[in-house]
Amino acid sequence: MSELRRVSSNPHIRSKVHTGGIMLSVVIALLPAACFGIYNFGINALILILVTVASAVLTELLYEKLMKKPVTVGDFSAVVTGLLLALNLPASAPWWIGAVGAVFAILVVKMLFGGLGQNFMNPALAARCFLLISFASIMTNFECDAYTGATPLAALKAGENVDVMSMIIGTCNGTIGETSMIAIVAGACFLILLGVIDLRVPGSYIVSFVLFVGIFGGRGFDPAFLSAHLAGGGLMLGAFFMATDYTTRPITKSGQYVFGIFLGIMTGIFRLLGPASEGVSYAIILGNILVPLIEKVTWPKGFGTRRAAK
Amino acid sequence: MKEAKERFLNGLFRENPTLVLMLGMCPTLAVTTSAVNGVGMGLTTTAVLVLSNALISMLRNIIPDKVRIPAFIVVIATFVTVVELLLEGFLPALYDALGIYIPLIVVNCIILGRAEAYASKAAVIPSIFDGFGMGLGFTLALTCIGSIRELIGMGEVFGYRVMPASYVPFSIFVLAPGAFFVLAILTAIQNKVKIAGEKKGKDMSRIQSGCGSDCTSCTGCGGDSGKGEA
Repeated sequence: MSELRRVSSNPHIRSKVHTGGIMLSVVIALLPAACFGIYNFGINALILILVTVASAVLTELLYEKLMKKPVTVGDFSAVVTGLLLALNLPASAPWWIGAVGAVFAILVVKMLFGGLGQNFMNPALAARCFLLISFASIMTNFECDAYTGATPLAALKAGENVDVMSMIIGTCNGTIGETSMIAIVAGACFLILLGVIDLRVPGSYIVSFVLFVGIFGGRGFDPAFLSAHLAGGGLMLGAFFMATDYTTRPITKSGQYVFGIFLGIMTGIFRLLGPASEGVSYAIILGNILVPLIEKVTWPKGFGTRRAAK
Repeated sequence: MKEAKERFLNGLFRENPTLVLMLGMCPTLAVTTSAVNGVGMGLTTTAVLVLSNALISMLRNIIPDKVRIPAFIVVIATFVTVVELLLEGFLPALYDALGIYIPLIVVNCIILGRAEAYASKAAVIPSIFDGFGMGLGFTLALTCIGSIRELIGMGEVFGYRVMPASYVPFSIFVLAPGAFFVLAILTAIQNKVKIAGEKKGKDMSRIQSGCGSDCTSCTGCGGDSGKGEA
């Protein structure tokens, strides 16, 4: 980035904000959810998290060494990708699932497209969808020592009643990091207070999702039903930690609202009409693909300029 | 004979229709779920390509320029129908596996592209070898893609178990996204080899098509070259 430092004449104020600091704060914000996952699901969750993070970092390091590129492992972005991926895996998955997913996320989705800031899709989510398509039986098997039943969302889809309180606290079945709404929201508040993320994308995402489910969910604005949909599955994790990824969300402010509303509607469609009970990952990577179009439409007009005649 | 050999090797490697010219992507991505399907599709296309190149080359002084594209299509469609009926009669398993992609060989832009760019301007014997080279180049690429997808996606190659029993197959590789992954990686390797060759001073881009230029950058020799038909 050294060539970017001389963009205008001095004097300059140097900000202390840098990529490594932002990424480290995301890692810290994810720790409550990760710790709760380990507490909730036991030792296998810890092994999966460690293997996935280590594979992500090692893949980036090896690729950059082999390709003789500057090593960027120190910016913690690979740690964030690995941690997010691990939190999206079921605790019963074997360790190599995490390793395969991390290699795919870093090598194919991130490094082959040019590294940090160049990927067109969230690497962790792309890897999760890759694993979900490749190993459907392993990725949807939520049977583990702690829990044997279906995930709350699957039960909800089947028309059963779910215990909303346990979903908010997190003592229910699901992927490692998605169960505890409290832990995720605590981490998200930390990031919002630091100014790392803002509420534009998560806010419009969650509000549009609630409206969609309320209108089309078939149970009206029933508070128990809506809060189960809010607390269940990967919605909170996706809205606060993955839809807000700097690289794969629109950079225009109005575009971020469009992006969030699109995600909310798509998640609602996947959850209510799709064959699976969950749809946050597919909604977000579909949104990621649309980002260039959203930016093109919502690009602000420069002061004093006119829009080019069509 | 020298020209025939040059045409043959040109199609097989230097101007490989799939990995260099990026033609005929529709069958390449759709039918290569296994190595056998790749070979089957490749050889079927080769048969049509050789026959259509030969006939179009013979008729090149008779076909009026204005209606050459419809004329080529009629010739190609005739051979595709012949091959389709033969496959249905003698290789029903392959016929079922390839399905709709056999009649779609008519719009495979490799065949129309060779008719337009080479066979309609060259003598019969080099045209036949051009068809053989292009067809076998297509077969080679499809077999590679099919083998890799079958190996990773099912743990088998040509139906024989290669991976140990504990191997869990990546089923995404026999689904549509896997075709894109494998094609992209093979094309990248091809480019790497080509660039390394050019750095050593070898002229890897020497291409002697009928129109005397690279088909990928061809803006049309007085017409469209059939690019993007399939």
